[in-house]
Amino acid sequence: MPVRIELLWSDLLVWLLVAGLVGLALYTRKRPHLSAPWIRVGASASGMAAATVLSFFVLVGLLDSVHYRSALPSPGGKPAWSTELRSLLDRVLDPLRAGREKTYSAPLATHLFAKETVVLPDGREERVFPRLRHGGAHLADPEAGRWPDVATKAFRGLALALLLWFAAAIGVAAMTARSLGTGIEAAWRGIWGGRTPLQWRAVLCALAAVLVIAGPVAALAPYYHVLGTDKVGQDVLYQALKSVRTGLIIGTLATLVTLPFALVLGVMAGYFRGWVDDLVQYLYTTLSSIPGVLLIAAAVLMMQVYVENHPELFPSTEIRADVRLLALCVILGITSWTGLCRLLRGEVLKLRELEYVQAAQAFGVSNWRIMMRHLTPNVMHIVMIALVMDFSGLVLAEAVLSYIGVGVDPSMISFGTMINGARLEMAREPMVWWSLAAAFVFMLALVLAANLFADAVRDAFDPRLAIAGGRA
Amino acid sequence: MTAPLLRVENLSTLVRGGAAPLRAVDGLSFEIAPGETFALVGESGCGKSMTALSIMRLLPDAGEIAGGRVELQGENLLALPESRMRDLRGHRMAMIFQEPGLSLNPVMTVGEQVAESVRRHTALRGAAADARVLELLEAVRMPDARRRAAEYPFQLSGGMKQRVMIAIALACDPALLIADEPTTALDVTVQAQVLDLLRELQQSRGMAMLLITHDLGVVAQVAQRVAVMYAGQIVETAPVPAFFAGPAHPYSRKLFASLPERAGRGRALAAIPGSVPRLDRDFAGCRFAERCDAALPQCAGTLPQWHEAGRDHVVRCHLYGSDERGVMSDERKPEPPTSPDSSLIAHHSSLLEVSGLKVWFPVRKGLLQRTVGQVRAVDGVSLSIAPGRTLGLVGESGCGKTTVGKGLLRLIEPTAGRVMVDGEDFLALRRRDLRLRRRDVQIIFQDPYASLNPRVRIGDALEEGLLALGVGVDARWRQSRIDELLAEVGLPPDVKSRYPHEFSGGQRQRIAIARALAVQPKLIVCDEPTSALDVSVQAQILNLLKRLQGERGLSYLFISHNMAVIEYMADDIAVMYLGRIVERGTVAEVMHGPRHPYTRALLAAVPVADPRHNPRGTIRLAGDLPSPLNPPSGCHFHPRCPAAMPQCREQYPGRNSWSPTQVAWCHLRD
Repeated sequence: MPVRIELLWSDLLVWLLVAGLVGLALYTRKRPHLSAPWIRVGASASGMAAATVLSFFVLVGLLDSVHYRSALPSPGGKPAWSTELRSLLDRVLDPLRAGREKTYSAPLATHLFAKETVVLPDGREERVFPRLRHGGAHLADPEAGRWPDVATKAFRGLALALLLWFAAAIGVAAMTARSLGTGIEAAWRGIWGGRTPLQWRAVLCALAAVLVIAGPVAALAPYYHVLGTDKVGQDVLYQALKSVRTGLIIGTLATLVTLPFALVLGVMAGYFRGWVDDLVQYLYTTLSSIPGVLLIAAAVLMMQVYVENHPELFPSTEIRADVRLLALCVILGITSWTGLCRLLRGEVLKLRELEYVQAAQAFGVSNWRIMMRHLTPNVMHIVMIALVMDFSGLVLAEAVLSYIGVGVDPSMISFGTMINGARLEMAREPMVWWSLAAAFVFMLALVLAANLFADAVRDAFDPRLAIAGGRA
Repeated sequence: MTAPLLRVENLSTLVRGGAAPLRAVDGLSFEIAPGETFALVGESGCGKSMTALSIMRLLPDAGEIAGGRVELQGENLLALPESRMRDLRGHRMAMIFQEPGLSLNPVMTVGEQVAESVRRHTALRGAAADARVLELLEAVRMPDARRRAAEYPFQLSGGMKQRVMIAIALACDPALLIADEPTTALDVTVQAQVLDLLRELQQSRGMAMLLITHDLGVVAQVAQRVAVMYAGQIVETAPVPAFFAGPAHPYSRKLFASLPERAGRGRALAAIPGSVPRLDRDFAGCRFAERCDAALPQCAGTLPQWHEAGRDHVVRCHLYGSDERGVMSDERKPEPPTSPDSSLIAHHSSLLEVSGLKVWFPVRKGLLQRTVGQVRAVDGVSLSIAPGRTLGLVGESGCGKTTVGKGLLRLIEPTAGRVMVDGEDFLALRRRDLRLRRRDVQIIFQDPYASLNPRVRIGDALEEGLLALGVGVDARWRQSRIDELLAEVGLPPDVKSRYPHEFSGGQRQRIAIARALAVQPKLIVCDEPTSALDVSVQAQILNLLKRLQGERGLSYLFISHNMAVIEYMADDIAVMYLGRIVERGTVAEVMHGPRHPYTRALLAAVPVADPRHNPRGTIRLAGDLPSPLNPPSGCHFHPRCPAAMPQCREQYPGRNSWSPTQVAWCHLRD
């Protein structure tokens, strides 16, 4: 089937970011002083386990960042394209996305959550729990057959996952053996003794944990709604997976927006001092005194009005939602650079008095060059630490903002909209808990992984710890 | 000899971290008799501070005592529980540290901090405790003790803080005082005060003292017995007079030979090649063998035993084994003179001519940041340097000597004055023109660790000046120039692609020198270039600077607080006090016929590495450097001057020529 790839603005930025990171990694590889802290990250067990979990989220996010329109069967020679913008993730999760129910259903249910009045073949009306259209539809006798069926399918998924894990472990051992120049058996023992330079043991343990959960879920998903469905009958698992991209984009892009402000203004304030410093300080003092939520709400609403007044610029709902997401990233970024800026200013105030900066001044090296070459590289560890620390905070901020209605577009699936949609149903008896629980568990896993990774990065980049280190 | 007060036997201390643990202290044994001052001398990293901390059982977390015995009055300290140890610390043995500013709690008054120790170890409370605090502060000659007791550490000067530390240590009349580099952070005049105080207290109280220092001059003035440490071991123990009359171990001899004051001005200093070995490996033979120029074949393979070298004088060296005795007795061959080639020196005019240089820092206060006062860091300094000559600028810390150096390079903008470099006024140049002229004057800094950017490779750091000043257009030429420069400072060309952290302090200072040389300056401002280095490394750097001057006809403005280094390096000397030059002249004139009382006091305060030298009868300065924000009226020096006259209080003295070259600003004219 012919498809037309379409690049949303956020997709473009995501892939630019990926390209930038790959470029940076290649650049770092050749420079021992840059790669040394990353090697220390690789030696941290918790950091590597977190990175493994995080990489699954990133994979989901990246799959969800390739959008296309599929061709519609058209009578004429002129190709017509579907109005619906789909992503690779949608394609992978097609059974989940297409398997819509009428309304709420519990995880792994075969019947709807609420009773409905149905007309029986004999004309009588009765209030029953109707069968789901997709969940467990293959079962002849859902009452008796459901749990045995779930168990066999889950077990099959688990077996497959373990097989996969074993293959991955063998692959890792072979790779380690090649790079260390030892036998595969020695490499295997080295991995499990935690003696490899990279903590493969932690990676493999985390991989096992992820696969043990993902295997059965993947096996069950085509037949059941593993995490139930929401009010309009959409699969909650699908929603949770789609939310990952939103969270990641907010976390990374908003952080990147903060970076130029914080870096340029912070380094300038610290280096030039005098009126430049006063100006920057007044700027961030003022900015951090404005209630952030108010500023964000105002900016998002202004953006919304602009989008509505210029429909010709934003032809589809997806594009509109995407632009709003970007606007949210930018405004979140603009309101949250002050902390990092203050840190950098302080550090540069200290660094500019160091003698290598003065030696450069004695050579008549220009101010910009001194800032680029002597100051910025020496504050990068702070930037690195701040970036990974801010990421999780911004993911949480998105959820809060969407919950109060000034976050992403309501049509865009995010953790915030999931929680917002589910909050009223908490009062229902019996409770509809799965939407909220799913959002909670996914967010917890994402943010916890990001935080643990940030911790490892912080430890590796902190020069004071690096000096005292080695005895962790 | 009576029973020893402290006996250390086979003490070994490990420091974990890194791949293998460092054996910071390895099989150390010594004894201290009651009332004796025992000095432990060595270069940085030889384990002398670790020894002190091991005895006090105050090691950092990474440190661990691996074996041995430490007996204080017959009691094994290493076997005591921590609670008992706390009773001992401060009571029977006390310690004072190098940095008095870091050893006092900034939010407690000093009286309270002394009282804390009194209350911890004695039954004195209330008024009795207060009286005891006052008595202690008076014992350490704290001026105006009653008022000072109620002040906070930030209100005191460095010397006074160290007095408070000593008062705390003395609170319970300890039998043993451990002093870890007690005067290293202080100025010479204050150092002399504190050393006098320590010596007197020790004599009047019959207290034993373990003095840890790197300064042989301090040892000569204070100690009775001395042990030389090298790479975690004691290599020589001797009574002080015997040690200074004839050090036995080749390492001790080298230490003496690398002292600038012992060498003649024209001779190169004896530098010890290489650096202290890493302590994380096993040693088969003598630890000094690879740097020793008297090494015998067995030195590398067999551990030397203790040999007698005199009465009470033992040395761990194969040279003193039965048959080789006396090998070391012949003197070192005189090195060829390295004084600058006279053909390069043209005395016709001066290269640098500074007149009336002022660097004032405004003190701003209030909402509108109005200037309420001026810190006169440099207040009208005039000096001149001829091509190929060295001017030494001496003074205590805070006198403004570094500001002079930075001011004439315009790293700090001067407030007024003229700096003529080769006939052009540096201060009148606009920024763009200044950038081009910067290649004439370069600077070498004090701290070799801060003077190189850790993220920039050595080659790139050296290239920076060439690029910024547009010297040499193509990259090939620049690279070959960098190789030349590295060769000139004695480093192989492959260091270009390495990062600063791979180098030792001395090597970094060489790189910093190469960086300054890259643009072929005529004048180099050397801002305390060796004060962060050990004596043996200092000797290497001083030799290098001398050689470069001889080869290239460079001029140096050599800023230092170390009189011996200045005497060795400089042709002319200017002495600074509180932002102004108080005396100027040639080296011989100033060193041997000082005219200003401050110069005399400064020279008298320098500890001389010779125990026969009698420090008494010379001038001792009281008090500390006043604040340049509010300098004393009249002559700035009069509050501390032993020869002050009434007119000194009223007007600043005028210029007083003693010879065509020697000038002093003093009312005194005997």
